[in-house]
Amino acid sequence: MTDATVTQPAAPGGAPKKTSLLKLDQRTRRRNAAEKRFKIYGMIAVGIGLVFLVALLSAIIVNGTNAFTQTFVTMNVTLNEDVLDKNGNRNPADIKKVSTFGYAPLINSALENKVESLGIETLLEDGGDMRAIMSASAAAQLRDYVLGNPDQIGETIEFRFLASSRVDGYLKGRVTRESIARDRNISSAHLLLIDDLKELGVVERVFNWGFITGTDASEARPEQAGIGASMIGSFFMMLVVLCLSLPIGVAASIYLEEFAPQNRFTDIIEVNISNLAAVPSIVFGILGLAAFIQFAHLPQSAPLVGGLVLTLMTLPTIIISTRASLKSVPQSIRDAALGVGASKMQSVFHHVLPLAMPGILTGTIIGLAQALGETAPLLLIGMVGFIASEYPNGIQEGFLDPNSAMPAQIFEWAKRADPAYYERAWGGIIILLLFLMTMNLIAILLRRRFERRW
Amino acid sequence: MSSFWLFLIIVSLAVIGFFVGTSRAMSVASGDKRKLHSLPSYYGSNIAIFTIVPSFLLLVIWMLAQPLIVSSSVRSHIPADTIDPGSTIGLVMSDVQRLANGLDVAVSQGFMTEEDARSVQAGSSDIRARLGQAGVVLGSSVRPEVLQAAQEYRTMTSTGDMLRAIFVIGIALAGFAYAFRKTSVTFRARNTVEKTIYTLLLGAASIAILTTVGIVLSLIFTTGEFFSIQACLSEVDNYEQTHLAALRAADMNLQNCPLGNVALLDQMTSVTGETFSVTTGDYLSAFADFFFGTTWSPSFGGGSELGILPLLWGTFYISVIALLVAVPIGLFAAIYLSEYASSPVRAFAKPMLEVLAGIPTIVYGLFALLTVGPLLVSAFGDDGALGLNWMQGGTAVMTAGLVMGIMLIPFVSSLSDDIINAVPQAMRDGSLGLGATHSETIRQVVLPAALPGIVGAILLAASRAIGETMIVVLGAGAAARLSMNPFDAMTTVTAKIVSQLTGDADFSSPEALVAFALGMTLFVITLGLNVFALYIVRKYREQYE
Amino acid sequence: MNDMRRLERDVDTSDIKISAKGVQVYYGDNHAIKDVDVSIADKTVTAFIGPSGCGKSTFLRCINRMNDTIDVARVEGDIRIDGEDIYDKAVDPVQLRAKVGMVFQKPNPFPKSIYDNVAYGPKIHGLAQNKAGLDEIVEKSLRRAALWDEAKDRLNEPGTGLSGGQQQRLCIARAVATEPEILLMDEPCSALDPIATAQVEELIDELRQSYSVVIVTHSMQQAARVSQKTAFFHLGNLVEYGQTGDIFTNPQDPRTESYITGRIG
Repeated sequence: MTDATVTQPAAPGGAPKKTSLLKLDQRTRRRNAAEKRFKIYGMIAVGIGLVFLVALLSAIIVNGTNAFTQTFVTMNVTLNEDVLDKNGNRNPADIKKVSTFGYAPLINSALENKVESLGIETLLEDGGDMRAIMSASAAAQLRDYVLGNPDQIGETIEFRFLASSRVDGYLKGRVTRESIARDRNISSAHLLLIDDLKELGVVERVFNWGFITGTDASEARPEQAGIGASMIGSFFMMLVVLCLSLPIGVAASIYLEEFAPQNRFTDIIEVNISNLAAVPSIVFGILGLAAFIQFAHLPQSAPLVGGLVLTLMTLPTIIISTRASLKSVPQSIRDAALGVGASKMQSVFHHVLPLAMPGILTGTIIGLAQALGETAPLLLIGMVGFIASEYPNGIQEGFLDPNSAMPAQIFEWAKRADPAYYERAWGGIIILLLFLMTMNLIAILLRRRFERRW
Repeated sequence: MSSFWLFLIIVSLAVIGFFVGTSRAMSVASGDKRKLHSLPSYYGSNIAIFTIVPSFLLLVIWMLAQPLIVSSSVRSHIPADTIDPGSTIGLVMSDVQRLANGLDVAVSQGFMTEEDARSVQAGSSDIRARLGQAGVVLGSSVRPEVLQAAQEYRTMTSTGDMLRAIFVIGIALAGFAYAFRKTSVTFRARNTVEKTIYTLLLGAASIAILTTVGIVLSLIFTTGEFFSIQACLSEVDNYEQTHLAALRAADMNLQNCPLGNVALLDQMTSVTGETFSVTTGDYLSAFADFFFGTTWSPSFGGGSELGILPLLWGTFYISVIALLVAVPIGLFAAIYLSEYASSPVRAFAKPMLEVLAGIPTIVYGLFALLTVGPLLVSAFGDDGALGLNWMQGGTAVMTAGLVMGIMLIPFVSSLSDDIINAVPQAMRDGSLGLGATHSETIRQVVLPAALPGIVGAILLAASRAIGETMIVVLGAGAAARLSMNPFDAMTTVTAKIVSQLTGDADFSSPEALVAFALGMTLFVITLGLNVFALYIVRKYREQYE
Repeated sequence: MNDMRRLERDVDTSDIKISAKGVQVYYGDNHAIKDVDVSIADKTVTAFIGPSGCGKSTFLRCINRMNDTIDVARVEGDIRIDGEDIYDKAVDPVQLRAKVGMVFQKPNPFPKSIYDNVAYGPKIHGLAQNKAGLDEIVEKSLRRAALWDEAKDRLNEPGTGLSGGQQQRLCIARAVATEPEILLMDEPCSALDPIATAQVEELIDELRQSYSVVIVTHSMQQAARVSQKTAFFHLGNLVEYGQTGDIFTNPQDPRTESYITGRIG
């Protein structure tokens, strides 16, 4: 709104009165410059904030997308009867006796055959040496197949095995020839072999469903680890949070907003709620550990306990937003209901609550999203350090058996100090953020759809 | 009968009660609703409430009380002289509980009959191996008195469970019958039901108080335990110093707190001629060691030094850096967005900044550990771009502080935004009408008017920074040190709470209990900041309402 | 066209302080001021009267470009102060507002001391050489606003601690401290009790000696008491403008008459 291009000499000394408005005096120009600077500071601040957001999101995407592809090796394995079923009677008990060690030679020879049949020259002597390119999970995968299909013993079948995390990292650019100089697991000869195999389509990177649906794996097998089991853990936790915090939160808000008398007790409740909303989440973890696990002897690492702790943590948030939406229902609605002879309770439950419901649901979803991403309290109730390597067997086990949760799983991977696991942690974050985004989107849509202007 | 089934039974009784009550009401009114005081469904609800509420309350109280009663009774039956020197009754009790649970598992999986579990003798069969079959791992071999106590524990628990089922179902049925008999045309069912609902609403609201009480109690008890152990250990030191010769002669080496171990205490008295007792002075020295100790070096073998000062310093340092990042950026962003930005810019930038607030802290932690840390090292570290050699590793105060600052930007900006918008427009008009520029108005009128509110917001942000866990666990490092270099790794109260309580530490050791004392300190500090900040903000709001 | 007007104005060198021609104001789609022409003389009190929502305050806010602070407001037409188009691109509203002071409907002292409230304008405009100069300006302004006697012993107390009437006089002192040439007052007495109103009205009459005062009021009695000239606004139009006595005793327009006799309002 100013025009700084006007160049006028400074107003000559004398009475400041009767100066022309069309001439900008020196002081005004200086003040306008300060104004502009101040505005630029503001822009810079907003800009920095946005730059941080972009940096954060791009770090997540750049580092995390690789977790969604995985390298596999395809080969034909002959399921040798002398190794797998010496008695030849297909007795499941006998077949079970062969451990994964027994399956390793099959893979070695399959690998050797593959390389030979393709005519690839390699410095590696035999299949045993070559097997470093394969995941340690290959033998277990083979064994599971044989146990499931004992009639296939003796046949030659095509399998797709996970490549080892080093090979996977090599294809993704995470592992280079320089970085493996002192690596005992893999040598540059392996990498040469991989280059050849990749050219021939034996080794390929495909979309990694195992990461989304799979379970956690031991420290040595990052290529096998997935976030599926902890997703289920998070799901059961959120179920607990939803089932407890929605009714309790709504009931507490109705009491405070509609019924509470003006007295000391109400004041104490209000002060408590606003303070609890600001108590660090780790303190809720301590409460969970001391009250639920040490005092009440609930099982450690169980989603039920996690859900209880997160419920206590989210309740203040939900109460605050629910009260806001109850408050936005105009008094005239209550008066109208009371006017036709409804009791106070009926006016609240029949009229006010349904009208406030969209707002309450929005607040609840946002509270749930907050709970879904919370990590610190889960660490204290034992959700880290536990390897969620199995899906729960049923509903009750889902609540009570030890499990991990998505953020806890991400933390666990971040702790393992292996670039392959870091990649998975970033990937886990992408999934977590997708969930949070969906929840927030639903909340926004709900708000848009049902927003009322009284 | 498990509590789950019990609960299901009373719920189904209540559901039945609802329908019975509704139809009963219709029948006493001979099919004419208008004769009733309340709608029929209220009579049904009345029965349901009388069925479920008292029985459920009893169930909850029973579940809380039974383990306490059982374990105190079993505890009193364990002979004091069977407790090893260096062990405590608490440790023995946790053995008993583990064994009892193990027997339960073994029975439920069919590796043992109920009869076996009740009669098995420690000597006669190797119970450890049999439980191992069922997947229950016991640490050491089972001693007869522990087994006996475990068996007693199981018997009492199962008797208790049976009594519980009888009483709970009995109360539910009695409530059912009482409410059913009261159903009549004149009975004011609606008022009763509404009164109950009112009580339930009140109860829900009181959960906030219960939570606070729960937090305070769990912190107080565990912190108390920590300090009594520390006081006892400091007395052990004194005692050893004074009676070094005598103890050495008797080949006694005191390491743990001997309190609770009567045999050991007697032996000590007889060896040295002085009764071991913990004095107020010991408590004072335990407090002093904790609050003024400048060394933090926990070691689970004993001989830990647990001084909180290095942790408080780390917390403080990181929070200050975080606030130095967040407050100017957040405040200026709020000012720009609320006072200058055109509405499309605001509509875009405001939600974008709020996205930062919605991102879970674990994400920020990973960002600190894997992105910001290495970036800072490449600038300030050995052979860094700036050639300063200030930074040894990626985890440092600066890393955590910077990332935490990013996290707090939207927190500060949205609070400041609210507060700046609460300054009445008349105030701005007054200043603009005098010929002040927009920025002069903001700096000299709006900000001073909003100052108390902004201070409150900054205090809330500070309390958040102090309580933040994941960023410091991943980004700040683990070394507790008192250093001025912001590129050093340091650690915080929250990070140490996590590290002391995760892992396999025994929860009764001072190294684990110290986490609760840290938690108490954290709670008190953040609570103080919050109460103060909320008070300021509330005062400020009232001023313009 | 602009040049034409300027020529025209240059000829007219009487003591007209503000002249407005063809002023239109839009709030978004709402046409709030419709083609208003008015000339306001120096060293007089001019009252704008009319029913609420008639545009009198809106027009007042055009004179010191306070409407600039409202995003949706748009001003067209020509307003000149001493012959200079205040909506000219070269005019800085900041400098304009130093020349055209304003007092608002509700007393709005800053949450600062009485002294700092009055010194605020002189400070930002750099009117005082030093602390003594500033002290002098503060005292002079407070005296002019007839507040000195009540406030001289409590200059360091917050301005918000004064009574309503005192606060409004403080705001007037604050406005005159920047040595404006024109003083705009937007219903300055609407939030005051009768005694405070009388004090402020007395003050307005004194201020006429040095300034051209434009006052918006909803009270016809007040207009009659304090002003020399009165403009009647109705639905965004300037219906009638003339000597206060004429307007109240002999209105030309039937709408003015209806309003004055209380039939519309």
